Amino acid sequence: MTPVFFDHNSTTALKTEVLEAMLPHMVEQHGNATSRHSYGRTARAAVEHAREQVANAVGAYANQVVFTASGTEANNFAVHGICSNLAPKQVLTSAVEHPCVSRPALALQAHGWQAKSIQVDKDCKIDMQHLQHLLQTPTGLVSVMLANNETGVIQDIAAINQLARQHNAYVHTDAVQALGKIPVDFFALGVHAMTVSCHKIGGPLGAGALVLDNRVDIQPLLYGGGQERGLRSGTENVPAIVGFGVACDLAIKNLSTFAQHTQHLRDALEVGLRKMNATLFGSGPGFSGESRRIPNTSFFAFPNIEGETLVTALDKRGFAVASGSACSSDSSEPSHVLLAMGVDEELARGAIRVSFGASNTMEQVQHFLVVLENELKRLRNLTAVAA
Amino acid sequence: MAYSDKVLDHYENPRNVGSLDKNDPHVGTGMVGAPACGDVMKLMIKVNDAGIIEDAKFKTYGCGSAIASSSLVTEWLKGKTVDEAYAIKNSAIAEELALPPVKIHCSVLAEDAIKAAVADIKAKQLAAKEAV
Amino acid sequence: MDRKPIYLDYSATTPVDPRVAALMIPYLTEHFGNPASRSHPFGWEAEKAVENAREEVARLVGADPREIVWTSGATESNNLAIKGAAHFYAASKGKHIITIATEHKAVIDVVRELERQGFEATFLEPEPNGLVDLAKFKAAIRPDTVLASVMLVNNEIGVIQDIEAIGNICRENGVIFHVDAAQATGKVKIDLETLPVDLMSFSAHKTYGPKGVGALYVRRKPRIRIEAQMHGGGHERGMRSGTLATHQIVGMGEAFRIAREEMELENARIRKLRDRLLVGLQTIEETYVNGDLAHRVPHNLNISFNYVEGESLIMAVKDIAVSSGSACTSASLEPSYVLRALGRSDELAHSSIRFSLGRFTTEADVDYTIELMKSKIGKLRELSPLWEMFKDGIDISKVQWAAH
Repeated sequence: MTPVFFDHNSTTALKTEVLEAMLPHMVEQHGNATSRHSYGRTARAAVEHAREQVANAVGAYANQVVFTASGTEANNFAVHGICSNLAPKQVLTSAVEHPCVSRPALALQAHGWQAKSIQVDKDCKIDMQHLQHLLQTPTGLVSVMLANNETGVIQDIAAINQLARQHNAYVHTDAVQALGKIPVDFFALGVHAMTVSCHKIGGPLGAGALVLDNRVDIQPLLYGGGQERGLRSGTENVPAIVGFGVACDLAIKNLSTFAQHTQHLRDALEVGLRKMNATLFGSGPGFSGESRRIPNTSFFAFPNIEGETLVTALDKRGFAVASGSACSSDSSEPSHVLLAMGVDEELARGAIRVSFGASNTMEQVQHFLVVLENELKRLRNLTAVAA
Repeated sequence: MAYSDKVLDHYENPRNVGSLDKNDPHVGTGMVGAPACGDVMKLMIKVNDAGIIEDAKFKTYGCGSAIASSSLVTEWLKGKTVDEAYAIKNSAIAEELALPPVKIHCSVLAEDAIKAAVADIKAKQLAAKEAV
Repeated sequence: MDRKPIYLDYSATTPVDPRVAALMIPYLTEHFGNPASRSHPFGWEAEKAVENAREEVARLVGADPREIVWTSGATESNNLAIKGAAHFYAASKGKHIITIATEHKAVIDVVRELERQGFEATFLEPEPNGLVDLAKFKAAIRPDTVLASVMLVNNEIGVIQDIEAIGNICRENGVIFHVDAAQATGKVKIDLETLPVDLMSFSAHKTYGPKGVGALYVRRKPRIRIEAQMHGGGHERGMRSGTLATHQIVGMGEAFRIAREEMELENARIRKLRDRLLVGLQTIEETYVNGDLAHRVPHNLNISFNYVEGESLIMAVKDIAVSSGSACTSASLEPSYVLRALGRSDELAHSSIRFSLGRFTTEADVDYTIELMKSKIGKLRELSPLWEMFKDGIDISKVQWAAH
């Protein structure tokens, strides 16, 4: 039996239209986009068309899109690249950032930088007073993600941007989890740089982008052939970039349907979870009338139930869910996001993330709730016996 | 590199390729450019006693735009007076062939070739006059 | 008119072998999953496929799978190897780096960046045949030399460096040795079990695999350490973070498996075709082969056609897809820096063409190319005042050219 996939914040299935657009660029139209012959020019045209599509999806100009191999690379590029051209000062990342933002910031400490964490409140929202306080020290870059991968909580990036700019800091936002789930508008956010990725929106793994205000002086992460206006060397991954473009088009076209559908599923899920006395993380009120979380994500825990155990149990019953972010699911450390929110370690170890996609159905959700309830009973009995 | 249809046409079917007898007193030769720069143009014009250019031939070592520029001017030169030829500006060549900015130097080279050929025929005519 | 040009630019990139594509597609569709997601079977399947591919890559080059680190391509591998090792060992060994003037830009520009960071670099000029003189290499080593980077097969002229001898010199002097093998896999036998190489870069898309994936070999015995250049979830044992593109990795594994199994036969077939091309083109007067012919991969032929200009030559041969200089620099009008480093004049560097043959090249392709080159070179020379002067017996090098 194919498991029901409830882990769309980790990666998504490739859309058929995307695959169809990619395939010709793998076999017949296989040119290197820097070659001058017709194979190369075909590849170049495909890359530039995709650049337009990505730009269109995020409210930017095509010449602001720098393709990379992943969101991770784009985040590293932003943090390392912007800071490396500044005299060492302070770099701020939120306490709930993905490691591919916080770790490059930490790595800058070897070059005289001070990496500091911006606190979040119990609902995962940036503590603006703490940010204000930190900004009293000269700061080079502030990086805060638009939507958190675990809780789905959306930050008020426009406000953060405004505050940071008052203190002459550059601002970067990781919008990987936001794209395709809520409107993402580079100009409206006003930031200097923004990361987006392809495989979270029905595109293939292997392409990401940094959307970049061209006035920012940024140092490349990769040197070489001078592709991407010298900002990112390396042969363009034409099929993946083409797939990225098509996936962006589809994501924009389907945005409102996706949001309505997944929110509907999540509401039903959370009604059921509350009945089972789950703790729902980050589900408090939103800012200035905006919705507080991306619509597809629910992050929750049950007291005295270990998350890893529950994930395995659910997996055996045919449901693929996550126990935190994919990148850290290797380790049994409790989620750093929950710890930053002040959730106690015990409860944090129980955290389960469900993230819906367009293909999920209400039947799956109802079935999941039944299975979950049974598993919880079983696990609690086991614990009782052990005790 | 995106070439205009006119450049491609001249490149595929260059007009008036060849040489004239350089020892003919009615023939002026202009050779401009250098191999190391990637362009050498040789333009030869045959001028009748009324000062009209009767024939023009070229050979060019260079890119498609350089070949097209020199091919085009051989067409333009025929029937013009030497002074009219001298007045041809590179901007007119660049405009006619829709040359991209990085290829403007090809039209400059073609203008230089005309000027060099005209200077050569004038020098020959002067020498002939002095000889009389 | 709509016929596709004959593809003779396999060194720029290769098509994905249909067998590779067939294996990749399921991982794009059914088996999607984040290989770092250990909590559900989507993740497990992906992880298994990634590890199988790692084994295939390791087998082709005689390495242990644990020595293979995935990257987004050879450019990233080169960046990671050179910056990573230079930074790690600078404090203990020193800040001098040796590389060759004919390396790929992804090595040269990384070394230049390290120069800006306070390293010193020697860009060793190769001999006119493109090969490194071992005595000169040895002489370039200083007490503070930390790293040397030499490519196995040159991308423009296809010459094969004596990596074993260079590596031994490095070993004797305690210099970390990196080799860019992007152009070598499937063309040259590589056995890292015996080769004295510490770090080696690989690309998939030059060996009938997909774009967007490569690998870096990092020796375990003796253990070589590198500083990570990309930080995050700590994938690839902390050396390189970032979600792996499973389908691309699977593709690279399959491409390298095919290379291992078919290399010998394929190289023999391609050598025959290349030699046929060489013989055919040498019937054209005033042609010069760039780079050593004996120490060269069978896939490459780089020839300069005297007295024709490079760009018009490329226009003339648009029925075949070839490259003048490397693909990465062909957007600029600069003559190839590789050919310049061999001592070729600007003119001959400009009028060079790299023919690179591959898996799908046929004898008919080669014969067509020979006839095309004969006719187009003839036409361009008819247009060329330099050819006319050459035929008139004028020594062009002695002509005083007007500066412009």
